[in-house]
Amino acid sequence: MTAVREPVPLLAVENLTMRFGGLVAVDDVSFTAYRDEITAIIGPNGAGKTTVFNCLTGFYRPSAGKLVMHKGGELLRLERIEGFRIARRAGIARTFQNIRLFAGMTVLENLMVAQHAPLMKASAISLAGLLALPRYRRAERAAIERGRHWLERTGLTEQADWLAAALPYGAQRRLEIARALCTGPTLLCLDEPAAGLNPRESHELNDLLRSVREEHGLSILLIEHDMGVVMGISDHIVVLDYGRKISDGSPEFVRNDQAVIAAYLGVDEEAVEEVEAEVQL
Amino acid sequence: MTAASGLAVENTAKPPVFWAPLLRDAILAALVAVLLALPLVGLQTYDVGGGALGIRTHFDWVAWAGAAVFAGRFALRVLRQRYDARPMGETKHFAFLAVWAARQAVPLTLVGVAFAVMLPFLPFSSRYLVDLGTTVLIYVMLGWGLNVVVGLAGLLDLGYVAFYAVGAYTFALLARDLGFSFWEALPFSGLVAASFGVILGFPVLRLRGDYLAIVTLGFGEIIRIVLLNWASLTGGPNGISDIPRPSFFGLPFSRSAPEGVTTFHQFFGLEFSPEHRVVFLYFVILAMALVTNAFTLRIRKLPVGRAWEALREDELACRALGINPTTVKLSAFAIGAMFGGLAGCFFATRQGFISPESFTFIESATILAIVVLGGMGSQLGVVLAAILLVTLPEFGRAFAEFRMLIFGAAMVGVMVWRPRGLIAHRAPTLRLGLQPATR
Amino acid sequence: MAYFLQQLINGLTLGSIYGLIAIGYTMVYGIIGMINFAHGEIYMIGAFISIIAFLVLGLAGVTYVPLALAIVLLITMLFTSIYGWAVERIAYRPLRGSFRLAPLISAIGMSIFLQNYVQLFQGARVKPMPPLVQGGFTVFESGGFTVQLSYLQVFIMLLTVVLMIGFTFVIAATPLGRAQRACEQDMRMAALLGVDVNRVISLTFVMGAALAAVAGLMVTLYYGVIDFFIGFLAGVKAFTAAVLGGIGSLPGAMLGGVLIGLIEAFWSAYFSVEYKDVSVFVVLVLVLVFSPTGLLGRPEVEKV
Repeated sequence: MTAVREPVPLLAVENLTMRFGGLVAVDDVSFTAYRDEITAIIGPNGAGKTTVFNCLTGFYRPSAGKLVMHKGGELLRLERIEGFRIARRAGIARTFQNIRLFAGMTVLENLMVAQHAPLMKASAISLAGLLALPRYRRAERAAIERGRHWLERTGLTEQADWLAAALPYGAQRRLEIARALCTGPTLLCLDEPAAGLNPRESHELNDLLRSVREEHGLSILLIEHDMGVVMGISDHIVVLDYGRKISDGSPEFVRNDQAVIAAYLGVDEEAVEEVEAEVQL
Repeated sequence: MTAASGLAVENTAKPPVFWAPLLRDAILAALVAVLLALPLVGLQTYDVGGGALGIRTHFDWVAWAGAAVFAGRFALRVLRQRYDARPMGETKHFAFLAVWAARQAVPLTLVGVAFAVMLPFLPFSSRYLVDLGTTVLIYVMLGWGLNVVVGLAGLLDLGYVAFYAVGAYTFALLARDLGFSFWEALPFSGLVAASFGVILGFPVLRLRGDYLAIVTLGFGEIIRIVLLNWASLTGGPNGISDIPRPSFFGLPFSRSAPEGVTTFHQFFGLEFSPEHRVVFLYFVILAMALVTNAFTLRIRKLPVGRAWEALREDELACRALGINPTTVKLSAFAIGAMFGGLAGCFFATRQGFISPESFTFIESATILAIVVLGGMGSQLGVVLAAILLVTLPEFGRAFAEFRMLIFGAAMVGVMVWRPRGLIAHRAPTLRLGLQPATR
Repeated sequence: MAYFLQQLINGLTLGSIYGLIAIGYTMVYGIIGMINFAHGEIYMIGAFISIIAFLVLGLAGVTYVPLALAIVLLITMLFTSIYGWAVERIAYRPLRGSFRLAPLISAIGMSIFLQNYVQLFQGARVKPMPPLVQGGFTVFESGGFTVQLSYLQVFIMLLTVVLMIGFTFVIAATPLGRAQRACEQDMRMAALLGVDVNRVISLTFVMGAALAAVAGLMVTLYYGVIDFFIGFLAGVKAFTAAVLGGIGSLPGAMLGGVLIGLIEAFWSAYFSVEYKDVSVFVVLVLVLVFSPTGLLGRPEVEKV
């Protein structure tokens, strides 16, 4: 008999609204992501999923609403923190829809850049670094070790010295995830991590994400279209359509929610049964 | 190959050249050249006095221009066609050279440094050669300094000469008003230049690419115009003269000295020769350049240097990783500016006199050309490009008027031929080393 | 008041000239996203060709001023356009698709080359020309100061307006203009739809050069003296104008040009002549730092 864990809120999105001129990309969206859970945000294209991510990670300033991150007993209001500071203060790391790697640098260097903050501190504004003091050398070794660890977990050890641009597509996606993990985050935000992956690679991705969650106590928020990945690993799914939340719950609940089916089929809720019959579902 | 093995492919056969389109193309090019040359080359204006102009015709020059373009274009296209038709698999020699050079970095560097150190003492050496070497080294140092901003951080700076000028004028003013010597003023030149780097860097933080280039160009020009017009401080177009020369740990390089002071040649028991100072200056700039290089190589491996390169690759990804783009950009500007300022201080002491004329936009363009032609981010490339850009005009001393013309044409030519620069190979700052490097 | 009015007239005239050069910058930047560093030299070449054309006509005995003006205008535009075309083919086309610094260095090299080319063959000294279009009329008189509007100034401003209308029509209503706007929006798609992108780009450079040629002719007439170095300064100022008005926008370039002309005229009249160039540079910096899209430009959104 396993004990049922009480879900602990990690990130509370409250009434998030994002407007671009006259266009409302995200309209009064609220949901909560819980600690140690994998939360998926799904929805048809243009639903506003990446916009939500961009608000969470400081690339956009929300037009309205609150983004509350529970970190170490504190409540952090993300919309009030300056863009690039969110990563460190709130412990949020992200990947991008159109992979953004440091293409001209090697795989290992990409992972070292991710550990910029602790290395900078150890190098004392580069002074300790320039003089190659032991404290810096130690920090550098630790950073390389951490990089090596994540390379192993993502199966990229052999390509450690390759240029990031030389990696095949699937490996590039894995590198981006490894890089995000090197920042030691509390919440990992993945934007379509399975895009362009074949079924085997998607399966491996599932395994990776599950194990990362279990071994490191990481919470994951992901945007995804690949239902195999979503249904396979999510604990909690939020569905967006035209900037609004239309469903929120466990995978079983969402899978059978008429509103969700209607949105994906592109028809009104009432017509869902008709269309399903047509397609013989 | 015998007739029996008719299936074998003869690799040494010259590929066919299609003459007709090449001829047509060359004739067209020549026609354009004639049209271009007709007004400005064929009809030359000259002063007849009294504010009037006369015209001389030089239609023969126009004809020569047409012929030269015809011949050149034709030859180029023929070679091109031959080269393109070659069988695959032949390595592109220049790229091969670049990668080989990058792999042999350490021995090449040692040879290069040894040669540089021995230069003044080699049998064919002369004062002229050492002077030339000094000029080359100034540009090498400037190139390495700008490399930090443009090559590593990817910030297009077209106004680098401003920091060069600031360093020079800082020393000149400290010497004139407070009696500072070269060594005393050197750190100040670097510091003041670095501060300017931060000040000028602030407004351009949000700008990218060409816009950044133009604004930095604007800054460079603003500084030059201010130096030119603020005569009470900077001496205006006359500049500042009587800038003190460096001494060898307190021993001045003069023929004679006031009571109680030993001169350099007296201390070492040598005949006085003006060459001593020239050689000493050469070693000073050599040391400065080597320090610049060592510093840059080291800082690339530090988080600051890596952040510069990451910023150049993808700024948004940097922000997502918690890196503050502002501090990274400003640090790049400041460090780059510092080296420019130090070089400027040296320039001032070498000349003994400075004026705004030495700090024009052409200087910025030259230094940028050195960085880009050498191959952005490549230390060795900067050295090669600096040697090329400084020494080539010297060979064409007879063609002094053509100097800048050739310079401009060379910039266009090299860029078109090798857009990534002569040696565009980035050596990674660290390797896990589990596999031999295959790429 | 009269002094102010005079500066206004001078500024508008100067602004027309800057505006014509600015259009060349803005069109090229709009279509291939690069600053044509050598454009200032094209304007300078236009000025030189116009002087040479005037001299030749003078020697050939053409003295009827309007006829001479018309002929020189056409000749200058023709030859300068060829220069503009050649510069694109030699220095920019081979580097299209290369990383962004390469065309910039190439452009700077081209600029240096053209400057020295003219200096070499035409001499480094200034080239004077006796005033061709003289006379004007008094607009206003007050406090002993007469406000003059010369025929030349009228000619310049009128010609500018005519050209502006002409080019706006071309861009908005002709197939070439449509093709050009398509290339500005999405070059790859335009190419896939059958637009000859190379030809459109070449024509853009040619149009820009033609307008710069007119500006060169105007400067020759207006100031009566030119030298091989006028391209650099005018180029930066015209680029400032293009950015001020909103890069990519034709009316913006003209608006920016007029504003820069006014700023320069008023600054040198009321503050100091030595620092008048600094005033324009400062404007450039301020505009780019605080409002890179300029007055009439379109804001660029980067997709994350």
